[in-house]
Amino acid sequence: MSVLSLPAPARRLRIGGFEPTWLLWIGIIAVLLFLVVSPFVYLVITSFQSEKTGAFTFANYAAAYGRARYIEALVNSLELGVLAAGLAGLLAIPLAWGVARTNMPGRGLVRMLVLATFITPPYTGAVAWILLAGPNAGWLNRLYVFATGAEAGPFNIYSFTGLVLVVALYSFPYIFIFTTAALELVSSEMEDAANILGAGTWRTMRRVTLPLALPAILGGLIICFLEAIALFGSPALIAIPARFNVVTTQLFQFFSNPVRVEVAAAYAMPLLGITVLLILVQRLMTHRKGFVALTGKGGERRPIDLGVWRWAMFGYAMLVATLSVFLPYLFLLQASFAKAWGRGFGFDNISFQNFHFILFEHATAGRSVLNSFMFGAAAATATVIITLCIAYIVTRRLVPFGGILGFLCMAPFVIPGIVLAIGFYAAYAPPPLALYGTATILILAFTTRFLPIGYVNASAAMRSLNPEMEEAVRVLGGSRFTALRRVVAPLLKRNLIGAWLLIFIPATRELSAAIFLYGPGTKVASVMIFDMSEEGNLEYLAALALMLQVVTLPLLYLGQRVIGRDFMLRRSAT
Amino acid sequence: MSKLVLKGVGKSYGAFNAVNDFSLDLAKGEFVSLLGPSGCGKTTTLRMIAGFMPPTSGTIELDGQVISSAAGVVPPEKRRMSMIFQSYAIWPNMTVGENVGFGLQVRKISAAEIDRRVDKILDVVQLKSLKQRYPAELSGGQQQRVALARAIVVEPEILLLDEPLSNLDANLREEMRFEIRRLHDEFKITTVYVTHDQSEAMVTSDRIVVMNKGHVEQVDAPHILYARPRSRFVAGFIGRTNFIEGRRQGNDVTFDGFTAPATALEGTTGADALVYSLRPQAIGLGKQRPTGGVLAIEAEIAGRAYLGEYWDYQVRPLGGTKPLRVSTGPNTVFEPGGRVWLEIDPAAMVRVE
Repeated sequence: MSVLSLPAPARRLRIGGFEPTWLLWIGIIAVLLFLVVSPFVYLVITSFQSEKTGAFTFANYAAAYGRARYIEALVNSLELGVLAAGLAGLLAIPLAWGVARTNMPGRGLVRMLVLATFITPPYTGAVAWILLAGPNAGWLNRLYVFATGAEAGPFNIYSFTGLVLVVALYSFPYIFIFTTAALELVSSEMEDAANILGAGTWRTMRRVTLPLALPAILGGLIICFLEAIALFGSPALIAIPARFNVVTTQLFQFFSNPVRVEVAAAYAMPLLGITVLLILVQRLMTHRKGFVALTGKGGERRPIDLGVWRWAMFGYAMLVATLSVFLPYLFLLQASFAKAWGRGFGFDNISFQNFHFILFEHATAGRSVLNSFMFGAAAATATVIITLCIAYIVTRRLVPFGGILGFLCMAPFVIPGIVLAIGFYAAYAPPPLALYGTATILILAFTTRFLPIGYVNASAAMRSLNPEMEEAVRVLGGSRFTALRRVVAPLLKRNLIGAWLLIFIPATRELSAAIFLYGPGTKVASVMIFDMSEEGNLEYLAALALMLQVVTLPLLYLGQRVIGRDFMLRRSAT
Repeated sequence: MSKLVLKGVGKSYGAFNAVNDFSLDLAKGEFVSLLGPSGCGKTTTLRMIAGFMPPTSGTIELDGQVISSAAGVVPPEKRRMSMIFQSYAIWPNMTVGENVGFGLQVRKISAAEIDRRVDKILDVVQLKSLKQRYPAELSGGQQQRVALARAIVVEPEILLLDEPLSNLDANLREEMRFEIRRLHDEFKITTVYVTHDQSEAMVTSDRIVVMNKGHVEQVDAPHILYARPRSRFVAGFIGRTNFIEGRRQGNDVTFDGFTAPATALEGTTGADALVYSLRPQAIGLGKQRPTGGVLAIEAEIAGRAYLGEYWDYQVRPLGGTKPLRVSTGPNTVFEPGGRVWLEIDPAAMVRVE
């Protein structure tokens, strides 16, 4: 065989041939500084700056905590978090156990219904529950009046109890996800081992199964608590009309004219501190040595036979689903197609007027839906690209201190969206950038918010890829770039599409960062829903919320086709 | 002229030396194995040759040009080598044909020519009918052949193999050893083969580099390694052996249960305590006292095991404490506890460090 001779220049020794990756590293550090570090630093600095002079001061903190009602809002948030997490636990844990470990009928259906709950934005749930349990006109009240003949129904969603209910109903999937994941890792063999040593079913559950799953359950409760205190949508729709405040609505008021960003920054600190602290606690708990995830995968799992009780279990699951999915969507659907929602289900009450109004007549509503999808797509794309680059650099150890990049990517996980938005405002609203109200600042804020989801997925994908796949390209004469283009990208295609959807779907509904950063031309659908709720037109509200949901369905289907049935309910998704 | 030269190559991570002062000359067309237990530095050496890792000391030269030194390396894609990986690294997103043709494509060879060469090499590795298949549809052995074809078709200057057979089952592994050697005889590509399996190395290689804890123990042809191991490690790693400890006393060397004249043994100078390696096959076993210039030692059968191809006896010289292992043909049967004569040619006893 002939020997192909080497071109001479290729043979020359290239000393220090790593400059391109160093440039990339510097570039990525710059991006992360801009997206993560700078808003955070500005948030802290601003909280200590005088509004007028910019000098160092504690005045903002004095203003933020100087009034009883501001403190009261903080206490309300903590109460809301504890109660909502507790209620969500009651809803989620039996369901998770039923689905993961028993022969309850309809387990697949229950999973689907939990997914349906999970993809319902909390504010959409809140709109639905206003239809259901609004004072007087709410459907549940009317049913009560109809059934009992009483003068008025007992339900009033515009109350603290109402808020707790709505928040819990739409955050219990977090606990469900954590708990099923843990329970599915407890192998039947571990339980058999307890049984054979003489422990009965109940004792086994108490001594083996529960302790193994407990860190995950507590982790889920913590995430649920944090979700509840950082939420803006449901409190805005329910607490504001009910005339009480929580931290997030109070922050929003600091931002209403005149904008007092310094006070808001100071007021956001407890929210940030609690989140950082609890996430640390949660990590310590679930990553502790001996947790099932480390020893899992061992052996098959046999469902526990519940006998006739399995129907009771199923009944409970359906009751939860009725509250979180069936009733809310039924009445959202009714209202969105109704001329007047109070007139009920008659054919003469059906019209497409609400959709037509939103898409074509309203000055900004149609535009806001478009904005949601454009910003969501841009942010998802940017996040996937940035996190893939970082995951590649970190897993392939192309640069020293790659771990810092990974850490910065994960950092936004502990920053509530609303706090992040204040940081972005503080950093980029003033000149020279003056990005306030632009599409850019919304896309950047969304990108930052979803960096952790992107990074978790990208680095899992990179780790699943044997580096020899790329080395084979290089040793055959292909460059690193050729390896990326011809091998890495095609092999990770599914993972990347999955990650993109996992970011895009929540990005299209993002409210708590958007509400602080949008401008007249950059209103997104979630902000639009909040605005319309102030006008009190529930038919339009229902139609807009439903439209957002309907567009999600094909994406969800695509995601399930690409990466599997559980794609949004896996733990990595959170 | 040497094709590939490693001069004093070392790789250290802080205080830990993964590879220490490794020197080797490969002639053009030579097949050399790096053999050693896991963690001995053989894969690290291979990856330095491939250019995936810079050495921390020493140089690597290809055709007289330095391609690796502590100052920098020619990247792997510029070295015109090819490599077969432990995981095969067959790209699952490409068909067999695309996998094999990839290297040629990168070399900007015309499509028709690529097609011709891919067909030819697939014919050689007996995979022609599978050209359009995806790797997921292939068996482990077939994937291995794809990896071979993909590496050979580009006519590399050097072919590197990193434990290529470790993921195959035993029968297939044996078959592929001969296949690899056959392909080498056909294409004469200078080859470096990393393995921890001595029989793989012995079947395939012209010379074997035995490595231990990052340094070279011995470099020799397989039969010389076996017959004349230079170190205790090599003697123990290649095949089975008896280590016999002796002590020089005047004109004799006294072993456990027997003595030998110092003049008949190699390397009796220097130290008083001497260690020799004696292969079980090099010891004769018989009912009669052997004659001729050999050591005749009366002994007792302490234990035995039948392994089909041979008997593995444990034989203790009378007056000795430790039994020696002796291999005989399957038809040479002695009962445990019986008296026998051992026949040892002193020339077969190799002094090791």
